[in-house]
Amino acid sequence: MARSKEPIWWSMFSAGGVIAAFLIPATLLITGFAPLAGYITAEQLHDLIDRSWLVKIYLFILIALPLFHWAHRFRFTVADLGLRGGAALQAILFYGAAIVGTICAAVILIRA
Amino acid sequence: MPRHQPATPAKQHIRPMPVGWWLKRTSYFLFMMRELTCVFVGGYALFLLMLVARIGEPDAFAALLEHPGSLVFHVLALPFVLYHTITWFNVTPKALVIYRGEEKVNPVIIAGANYVGWIVVSVALIWIAWIAIGSA
Amino acid sequence: MAASNTTTSNAVVTMDVFRYEPDASELPRMQRYTVPFREDWVVLDALNHIKDEIDGTLSFRWSCRMGVCGSCGMMVNGEPRLTCNSFLRDYYPNPIRVEPLSYFPVIRDLIINLDHFLDKLEEVKAWLIPAEDRELSEGEYRQSPAQLAQYKQFSMCINCMLCYAACPAYGHHSEFIGPAALALAQRYNMDSRDGASDERADVIFSEEGIWDCTFVGECARVCPKNVDPASAIQQAKVEATKDFFKSVLVPWGKRQQPAESR
Repeated sequence: MARSKEPIWWSMFSAGGVIAAFLIPATLLITGFAPLAGYITAEQLHDLIDRSWLVKIYLFILIALPLFHWAHRFRFTVADLGLRGGAALQAILFYGAAIVGTICAAVILIRA
Repeated sequence: MPRHQPATPAKQHIRPMPVGWWLKRTSYFLFMMRELTCVFVGGYALFLLMLVARIGEPDAFAALLEHPGSLVFHVLALPFVLYHTITWFNVTPKALVIYRGEEKVNPVIIAGANYVGWIVVSVALIWIAWIAIGSA
Repeated sequence: MAASNTTTSNAVVTMDVFRYEPDASELPRMQRYTVPFREDWVVLDALNHIKDEIDGTLSFRWSCRMGVCGSCGMMVNGEPRLTCNSFLRDYYPNPIRVEPLSYFPVIRDLIINLDHFLDKLEEVKAWLIPAEDRELSEGEYRQSPAQLAQYKQFSMCINCMLCYAACPAYGHHSEFIGPAALALAQRYNMDSRDGASDERADVIFSEEGIWDCTFVGECARVCPKNVDPASAIQQAKVEATKDFFKSVLVPWGKRQQPAESR
């Protein structure tokens, strides 16, 4: 039996899990509920992201790692739900989506 | 090569895994809910990606943020991301086992430190956003 | 206690027992028995009553009757339990359903095929392989209480396989090495006297090793000895990840050579 390459994905999954656990709830309140309650306007939020490199880096981390977290966990969830066919294709699809999303986020945020 | 030589019987009965196995026990159901939180974690990352993609167009940015669909997503996602946070912190002590001499550090302390850190970070994030917007 | 045992009471308990007799039928069936209810009887006592007094054809494994040997694990009302540890009074007056441990192939009635499990114990080398060979005259391998504490919890395993019957990852994929064997591998890896963690790593860091585990955590909940296989596996995942990145970043770094003829 060979040692698996799973640590690549598992470490990204774990890092994404930690980031998501600590940061998503508060960020979700800021993007979802603050504008609704009138604490922040869309314009203010836009300027906040547009002006600060720190906010852009923060958003990059909050996009990239949770995408890998999703890809890894979703791969196992789909198998647990009984869809075990085409496991290799599924892996390519899910991790591929996370990689594409990460590249898109990097390009968009560097250009912005 | 195992030294143990199994005396496999001529006939044996295999019970197949039922498709709805995760509906058959509360703990399995909660496990599946925990796993499905990833859809909302990934979904929120996708939402943020869509949002930053509209940085160049403030009107489209505002339209996405104020779209009823986005509000519905946030309302649906909140309980799932909170469930992710809770379950993640609760199992952290299982992967992160710390010994102080012969004594295992109480898992409640390790999970508790995560909760305290989470509250501090969350308050700080909201506070920073508040200050930044006030000064803008 | 003796009093309740000898009291003649008319109370009875209904047992629905899984029967599989490959010589008679391809398909299993449930058979209902009525046994006397006794305060101090466990499910295993009821099964022995059936075998002795009602139906001698019923087959099941048991030995010590006191939660040590790990032979009498069965599904009791859908929960993996040691039947010697499951009192009738905790179920009475409801009927009790007894089935063989989930996810394992059934050989006969309540008896499962445990060959796979025994193979896995061998594959992970669930025994002590000393880091240094020493002559008897050189004395014992010393270990501090702090070193003992690292693995002691995992050494409580009695190989009862309840954790496998609770594990959907094993239910989906019977090649998965599974909770007990992985916890035992970790038990020896964490033992300061042992030097074979690198030999075990090829098996436990494989796809069928720790990476099949989705951390359901039920193995820890059903364990009658409070072993926490889920924790052992997560710790091994952390170790495997360190090992992997070390081999990528420092490919020239030496891994321990597997020793020959062990």
